[in-house]
Amino acid sequence: MPLWKIAWRSVRRRSLASILTALSMALGVMLVVAVLVIHGVVAESFRNNSSLGYNVILGAKGGDLQIVLNTVYYLSQPVENIPYTVYEDFLPADQRADGQKGKWTDFVTFAVPVCMGDYFGQYRVVGTTPDFFDSIVFDEDEGRTYQFAEGRNLQTWNEEHGFFEAVVGARVAQDRQLKVGDMIAPTHGSESGDIHDEFFVVGILEPTGAPNDRAVFVNMEGFYLLDGHAKPVKSANEDTDGNLADVSDNDDSNEPIAATAASPETTHDGPSHLTKRTPLPVEQRELTAILVRTISPVVTPRFIDIINEGEVARAVMPIKEITSLFSIIVQPIQTTLLVITALICVVSGISILVSIYNSMSDRHREIAIMRSLGAARRTVMVVVLWEAVILAVGGGFIGWATGHLGIGMFGNMIERRTGVQVSAFDLAPPVPLLRYSQPIYNLERTMGGSDAVRHMLDLLLSPEVMLVPAIVLLSIAVGFLPAITAYKTDVAKALSASP
Amino acid sequence: MNCISIAVSNQIPPHKQMLSLSQVKKSFPQPDGQRLPILDVVSYALDAAEQAVLVGQSGGGKSTLLHVIAGISRPDSGSIVIDNVDIVKLHEAGRDKLRADKIGYVFQTFNLMPGFSALENVLLGMTFSRMKTDVGRAKTLLDRVGLGHRLTHKPNQLSVGEQQRVAVARALANRPKLLLADEPTANVDPANQQQIVDLIRQTCEDENVSLLMVTHSMEVANQFGRIDRLDQINKLVTATAATSGE
Repeated sequence: MPLWKIAWRSVRRRSLASILTALSMALGVMLVVAVLVIHGVVAESFRNNSSLGYNVILGAKGGDLQIVLNTVYYLSQPVENIPYTVYEDFLPADQRADGQKGKWTDFVTFAVPVCMGDYFGQYRVVGTTPDFFDSIVFDEDEGRTYQFAEGRNLQTWNEEHGFFEAVVGARVAQDRQLKVGDMIAPTHGSESGDIHDEFFVVGILEPTGAPNDRAVFVNMEGFYLLDGHAKPVKSANEDTDGNLADVSDNDDSNEPIAATAASPETTHDGPSHLTKRTPLPVEQRELTAILVRTISPVVTPRFIDIINEGEVARAVMPIKEITSLFSIIVQPIQTTLLVITALICVVSGISILVSIYNSMSDRHREIAIMRSLGAARRTVMVVVLWEAVILAVGGGFIGWATGHLGIGMFGNMIERRTGVQVSAFDLAPPVPLLRYSQPIYNLERTMGGSDAVRHMLDLLLSPEVMLVPAIVLLSIAVGFLPAITAYKTDVAKALSASP
Repeated sequence: MNCISIAVSNQIPPHKQMLSLSQVKKSFPQPDGQRLPILDVVSYALDAAEQAVLVGQSGGGKSTLLHVIAGISRPDSGSIVIDNVDIVKLHEAGRDKLRADKIGYVFQTFNLMPGFSALENVLLGMTFSRMKTDVGRAKTLLDRVGLGHRLTHKPNQLSVGEQQRVAVARALANRPKLLLADEPTANVDPANQQQIVDLIRQTCEDENVSLLMVTHSMEVANQFGRIDRLDQINKLVTATAATSGE
């Protein structure tokens, strides 16, 4: 009979005490797993999103971090807007009303405007141009560009849909069961805001693992034409009460803008807003941010300095903000949480010690019986250690499963609140310091460096997998004292005692 | 003074001896620092496959004697040779091993493992020996003691007599050469006493196991061809049932 089975019998015999002891370990491990997974996913998410495809964000004067949180993660409320003229500085001559080349065109690879403020349910609506999906390589390491699971990129102008085309992130499409051809109506300012005109869904994005999965992208020209999106222009539109007219509703008086989309003189049989054919005038336009990729990292600092020396916009390097946010705020909090939960595990381990140790006075006879049958001192010691391991590993497994179940159950809520996508099946990613260390790198190369090898190393080096030997070691450590008591049991005395 | 002397009762050629004690003394420390002598065995021997009963009063040191023979306790001096191995010279691990491989032990209080089924209790008897766990043998032994239909019963689901029968099966599980039985019928009702004695004797005979049974019951003792007396006056005189007069 294997020794673990003898220990298991002892565990089962004291089932209530064993369950309570294992549960305390389960609680500790559950918390550790939850923290590890969320910590890992957050870290991974930060790392993934630090490769954004653009290296500078231009936003309104204010907090750099808020610009990044708002623009990259769609968190926090949008900051103030920036004038459209800032964007015009990045446009080539043929897209500007004055026919002059923008002053930054030679310094950037692309500049993609984004406008925010509307929602589709809980998801952010982002007004942008087709360049967003055409120009940005969102995963530079892997060279991944946005791909469409269904449909196509939005167009600035479309015969059938006018200015009102939308592309939907994978998560949004899945959550809201959207498909190409559906119509979606953003709400103004918040989830419960006024309902805007509808957009045609023309594309569903492939999942990217980035916050863009949780966004709805609409044609910026259509976005501008929604109620309340035109910047008030006093001279042209101020009414008798000094209120600002909604230019999007009387746009016939506004002249089309040469720099923006063409304004075909076609008729349309669809919803009335689709007949809006005149883009919003430049002077009534504002942007939330501009995503810029400079032609070279060399020019970036000077470019940022010049922008920041001006009075209308603020340029930030998102990677710098993300790294700073992670190292200064997120990482210490998560480290603290990890330490606390690890301490909970240790306390749980001590509860195992107390439980087994308290049972030892009742078990001297059992130990003596085993000794009388020929079990060596070391053997009974191992049986007690097995018992500690069974309680710790059993409790640990329950905690691990419960932790993942909890992550699965609260995954949506975590995603809504933090923007981090987690599922019940997410394992905590490997600790980068270890995963990317030289010995592991060498090992990976030795083993061929295939995807399978990488995945296997990722799995083996996951802190969750490493938790198993940690728990076993902890249980052996806490089981040592009762094991020593078993070791020292006076067999003759225990056998002579009344049963 | 609870000092016991056991004298050789029958001369057995050394090569046939399964158990041999010589000048074995055992004492226990007292709170006042003095040592209380319990055993003083001049010499004692048991032949291979021989069955003997050791008769004595309760508290007379019978259990202590069995403990030192089994290697559970170490004597203060003397030699105890089991199957040509002097266990007094062995370190503790060696005595454990010898006990696991060559000795079976039946206790007065059965000492079954409470969380284990009857079958598992018998398997436990093999666990620490060098033989591999043999479920078939365990079932056979339980069958032989009349418990083949109660393999999965826990001790608290068995009667007292059945528990002792499981203990007998467990003691024989490791194919011992020497079976020590410490008042195996003391806690068993009279109806079961004879069954237990018969069972132990018969199975020992079947398996060629030497048997040393300790009892204070002359009714039990008189069934043995060899009765050794545990004399509380420092000596044990071999007596036959006929000459014991008890």
